[in-house]
Amino acid sequence: MRRLTYGQAISEATVQCMEADPSIFVAGIGVDDFKGIFGTTAEAFRRFGPARVFDIPNGENAMTGIAIGAAAVGKRPLVVHPRNDFMFLCMDQLFNLAAKWRYMFGDRGGVPIVFRGIVGRGWGQGATHSQSLQALFAHFPGLSVGLPATPADAKGLLVSALQGSGPVVLLENRALYELEGEVPEGLEAVPFGQGKVVRAGTDITIVGISLMAYEAARAAEILLQHNVSAEVIDLRSVRPLDAAIIVRSLRKTGRLVVADTSWALCGVSAEVAAIAAEKAWPYLKAPVRRVTPPDCPAPVSRPLEDAFHPNPSTIAQACLDVLKAGTPLGAGVADVQATFAGPY
Amino acid sequence: MTTDSRENLLRDMVRIRRVEETLAELYPSGEMRTPTHFSIGQEAVAVGVCGALRRDDVVYSGHRCHAHYLAKGGDLRGMVAELYGRETGCARGRGGSVHLNDPAAGVIASSAILGQTMAVAVGTALAFTMDGRDHVAVTFFGDGTVEEGIFHETLNFAVMRRVPVLFVCENNGFSTHTRLDVRQPASVSIHARAASYGMPARLVDGNDVFAVHAAAREAVAHARGGAGPFFLECTTYRWREHVGPQWDYDKGYRTKAEVDAWIARCPIRHASERLLSEGVCTPSQIAAMGRASQIEVDEAVAAARAASFPAVEDLTLGTV
Repeated sequence: MRRLTYGQAISEATVQCMEADPSIFVAGIGVDDFKGIFGTTAEAFRRFGPARVFDIPNGENAMTGIAIGAAAVGKRPLVVHPRNDFMFLCMDQLFNLAAKWRYMFGDRGGVPIVFRGIVGRGWGQGATHSQSLQALFAHFPGLSVGLPATPADAKGLLVSALQGSGPVVLLENRALYELEGEVPEGLEAVPFGQGKVVRAGTDITIVGISLMAYEAARAAEILLQHNVSAEVIDLRSVRPLDAAIIVRSLRKTGRLVVADTSWALCGVSAEVAAIAAEKAWPYLKAPVRRVTPPDCPAPVSRPLEDAFHPNPSTIAQACLDVLKAGTPLGAGVADVQATFAGPY
Repeated sequence: MTTDSRENLLRDMVRIRRVEETLAELYPSGEMRTPTHFSIGQEAVAVGVCGALRRDDVVYSGHRCHAHYLAKGGDLRGMVAELYGRETGCARGRGGSVHLNDPAAGVIASSAILGQTMAVAVGTALAFTMDGRDHVAVTFFGDGTVEEGIFHETLNFAVMRRVPVLFVCENNGFSTHTRLDVRQPASVSIHARAASYGMPARLVDGNDVFAVHAAAREAVAHARGGAGPFFLECTTYRWREHVGPQWDYDKGYRTKAEVDAWIARCPIRHASERLLSEGVCTPSQIAAMGRASQIEVDEAVAAARAASFPAVEDLTLGTV
């Protein structure tokens, strides 16, 4: 199969979906500029022009409402946020209206809107440009929330979102944009609510999302040196959340480490741990461990930033702690963004 | 304007008043378990604006949405059943008084958070433009919404994209119990602030249905003709409490004299006197409007009370 980067896969999904469905339009700050949102909207703008790919004034909350109003009469807006941190400004429209639309207006149909939010990582982007908001979005009934970790899933989840019937939030980690992988050429949808076993194993289950699914796979490589066979699960979406795939894996391994790009308290890692406690208790042989950023905002200074984000070494060490307490990990691997210097 | 349509404006106001006064009388019995914001006293804005619209134009409203819903042609039985929490309600008992909708009549949505549907109406108007359709979208909101950030974001966007939207601000002088003069600078009126974004904006007597209607016709023609958004500030007054059916002039935030002065300016009395003096209607014709509306609302209440509640098994239906 031919290979694309994560960013190229998003671009291709956008263009192909827009070709197939004239009701789709793309709106966001800078979607039509020379950068084209890291190249993900540039080709769509070249093909479909300003009638269907257009820049907007600032005003995230209004733009969200505008997308709702367009979707209410048959459009399919794709709204892009170059940083998901700006989506705090649209929470009222997103949670109080888009997510509730179908339910509170009597189940006459939802508002099919796709919100792409990019999560920054590296080069000291700091507290307001490198946090990942999945726990917040996942809390509200009526939204679908996806966090693709591979180029194929970046395309497939976006296709699924653009063909769906309700509002969707897709969070894309900037650290994944240059990642290459095999991507189907056609419009193949990846359904929400289906996790994926990235790598089979027998000793311990590592559940990750977004960048942490990728990092968990790298952790599994390290663990081989310690004769540990880790099974890695990429949840791919957190609402709906695939509980069954977690339970199936725990039946086999009996041990769980959860890695998340966001904080532990009330986070997705807490939800996964709750699933283990409620639905897989008989299989658990050890306490669940979570690997998450520490309880502080993302810092800027390099040593602090390196220490802030979970990485393959911290994930692998957590696995060793569960399996063989006291065993030091030894050498780790380079940070995923070690050579990153922009564009942000 | 034809005699017939002027009579219709009065008839629509009488009907909305009969509906709401009936619901206000029944409300204390406790069967309508939904916080209800009555439009009594403010009917002329809804009726004057909606009278200038086509059936295939659309309206959006906020928490005080009954009059807009009914004036645009929203189904009365669906509204009453919604207040009674029945499966036959316009939102199947999931939305309540503040989330009325009837898309078939062009009432796309109402919502209780200030300013939400301003932006949503602009999005619908944008879609109309993108599709080359000549419909107009209207959003009704109160003076309180002017203080929200989304008010400014929305006006800015609407002007930049020249979308066919009509902003209708019902300035009733209060945000809940707080007067306008302690919330907004008195030196700059609401319509002047809207005009500063670069769109035509008019101040209209919101208790004069004929004045509202004339202004709305101009605004709708402007928007439908592709000239972009239009803003109407309509001054009016809420008679009953902010939420609920009671009178509240004894609560200290306003006086009975103030309420009485506005009741003396009742939009229905004003329109009735005008049409009587011009010989357009007779007193018996106007009385008949009230009787017909009363029968209609009584039947809607009876139908709602006889209808089933939603099944509890369906509690979570419609979330995705």
